[in-house]
Amino acid sequence: MGPSSHAPRVSLFVTCLVDQIRPSVGVATVQLLRRLGCDVEFNPKQTCCGQPGFTSGHWGDARAVARHTIEVLEADRSDWIVIPSGSCGAMFHHYEKLFADHPGWLSRAKTVTGKTRELSAFLVDVLEIYDVGARFDGRLTWHDACHGLRDLGIHEQPRQLIRKIAGAEFVETDKCDACCGFGGVFAINYPDISTSMADVKLDVIASADVDVVVSGDVGCLMQLENRAQHRKRPVRTMHLAELLSVPA
Amino acid sequence: MKHPTSETFPQNVQKALGDTTLRQALSTVSATFSQRRRDAVNDVPEWETLREHAHAVKAHTLSCLDEYLRAFATKAEGAGAHIHWASTAEDARQIITSLIKPRGNVAVVKSKSMTTEEIHLNAALETHGIEPVETDLGEWIIQLADEPPSHIIAPAIHKTKRQVSELFEQKLGIEPTDDEKRLTAAAREHLRDVFAQAKVGISGVNFAIAETGSIVIIENEGNARLTTSLPDMHIAVMGIEKVIPRLSDLDVFLRILPRSGTGQALTSYQSIITGPERGEDRIGPRSLHIVVLDNGRSKMLRESATREALACIRCGACLNACPVYQQIGGHAYGAVYAGPIGSIITPQIDGLRVAHHLPFASSLCGACRDVCPVKIDIPNALIHLRQHMVTHGKPIPVVSPARGKTTFRVWRWSMTSDLRYRMATAFARFAQRMGMTKLVGPSRKWGHGRSVPRLAKRGFRQIWESELADDGEHRTK
Repeated sequence: MGPSSHAPRVSLFVTCLVDQIRPSVGVATVQLLRRLGCDVEFNPKQTCCGQPGFTSGHWGDARAVARHTIEVLEADRSDWIVIPSGSCGAMFHHYEKLFADHPGWLSRAKTVTGKTRELSAFLVDVLEIYDVGARFDGRLTWHDACHGLRDLGIHEQPRQLIRKIAGAEFVETDKCDACCGFGGVFAINYPDISTSMADVKLDVIASADVDVVVSGDVGCLMQLENRAQHRKRPVRTMHLAELLSVPA
Repeated sequence: MKHPTSETFPQNVQKALGDTTLRQALSTVSATFSQRRRDAVNDVPEWETLREHAHAVKAHTLSCLDEYLRAFATKAEGAGAHIHWASTAEDARQIITSLIKPRGNVAVVKSKSMTTEEIHLNAALETHGIEPVETDLGEWIIQLADEPPSHIIAPAIHKTKRQVSELFEQKLGIEPTDDEKRLTAAAREHLRDVFAQAKVGISGVNFAIAETGSIVIIENEGNARLTTSLPDMHIAVMGIEKVIPRLSDLDVFLRILPRSGTGQALTSYQSIITGPERGEDRIGPRSLHIVVLDNGRSKMLRESATREALACIRCGACLNACPVYQQIGGHAYGAVYAGPIGSIITPQIDGLRVAHHLPFASSLCGACRDVCPVKIDIPNALIHLRQHMVTHGKPIPVVSPARGKTTFRVWRWSMTSDLRYRMATAFARFAQRMGMTKLVGPSRKWGHGRSVPRLAKRGFRQIWESELADDGEHRTK
């Protein structure tokens, strides 16, 4: 946790999807971090990490949005910036590419990125907490969101946290690391491929007979849930923060 | 038969997604290939070191490709081979045609080569009355069916046994069977006769060794060895990126390529060919012609993201791992090279105007990068191409609202100020309440096969301001 004696000062980067679609994830993150002794702040000037523009090739627009995010986040006097999303967390690491030819912004971006941690990585790697004192009565499985898994190397952390949840029966499912088909703008550019990718996951999840599928990214949850609703075979989804925030 | 192109990608996708036989075949085959690959890789504790090594050899070679190509050409010519430089597919076709045509009406056999597919060699030869026969089983099947390959290493992967049996029944008059041994035997019997008559053999090249001027071909069926040794003329077609510096560099590639492709520790045959027949043995063809093809490759050398893609050794692992490929198969890409790596290569060959869908046809999940034996950062190259299209491209048809400049201008405007963000999201809520979301492009596209999520009544920042912010202050005071 570092040598400092004060409670870790955490600035929440809530992400635009959580803010607009599923704010309960942001609330759960704040409650969880406060329960674990963190000093949590939120800067309401924040908007979006810039990923849609970056992945769509509109780098000029993405740079403008990233500059806004960097300015907002560097104004905070926090030790850490915690993000309830592997995908947005990974985007901060892509700032290096976005600002490759902008040395001034590159170094500012690096400072900000260095403080960012995806939620499960923050709990396990920084706070070194595995048992957050949560309870969930039921059978659940984990979906590895691609960018958390492959860009940030987040694999063990969420599993370590889930295994410590009182009452929870954790099962691994086949294809747990296969893409759900969301892919941000991909889901909108090619909806038919996107939904047939979701079907593959949903079939596996259905055969695993779980009460809930948990993931670290609201994008994936939205994709799986909305597709399942359309297929008239709804699944219950939870973000890791929502799962961990319920005290035992 | 007219084959679909990458320009009609969305229509190709519709066709593929509606083909249940194809999707069944794809799901079985990609699972089998992926499992075999995993097992083969798990056998090698130093796998990551091998990948690093292979990546380094390729990166080094590509950094001074011209020198290695010149060295290769000099050595190969010294061994008696003829080198032909082809800057375009048309050049290559002309060179090859002019080598065969003067020999009159001769039988020509071919072993599997993606590069000859790339230059559409068979069709070109046929217009000159030359009818080459594919001798790789999968290639032969699709030649009989008049279809392009749908996978780099398993060209007929999209066909079921029943479909092959029907095809053989129709073309060769065999009894229908679902026994693959009988199907293979029928093919072998037919092809042996073809080999016996052949005067020209055309092959691809897996690796070209600068140090010795040798070409290396790996395969499992023995047909490439027959193609390159029985006829008295051997024509080998290779892309400029196939060269590696030394014979000793071959080792790592012979270990990673079969494991990544078919999950084998080693392929059944590895042929290292240095020049045509010589000495007293008189083994091999009387002449060896090596056609060295650019066809857009030197353009890829210019930018680091696309240069990296030239390291590809055509193992096909990224296709098997790709969740998009698993849904749509190879033909939907409308190009010789399908899947993730194909989405980088095809735009270089056919141009971004024709292949403008392909760099976007990926969820950027990164599964391809995980399995690539030479560690090509495929998602990074795809994003690079997207960015290139936006900044340098001539106007490209905007097929989706999530690709257009206006969409991203609005997005930028909304996301670069707190106030504008609040205004934009308030407007979005209002629009949703009024039932106007169907009119908004991205939301309409999302609603295609999915329910559209309701925007939260109060966003997180409103909840923070009214309920959470104070809590924090009380706690820390």
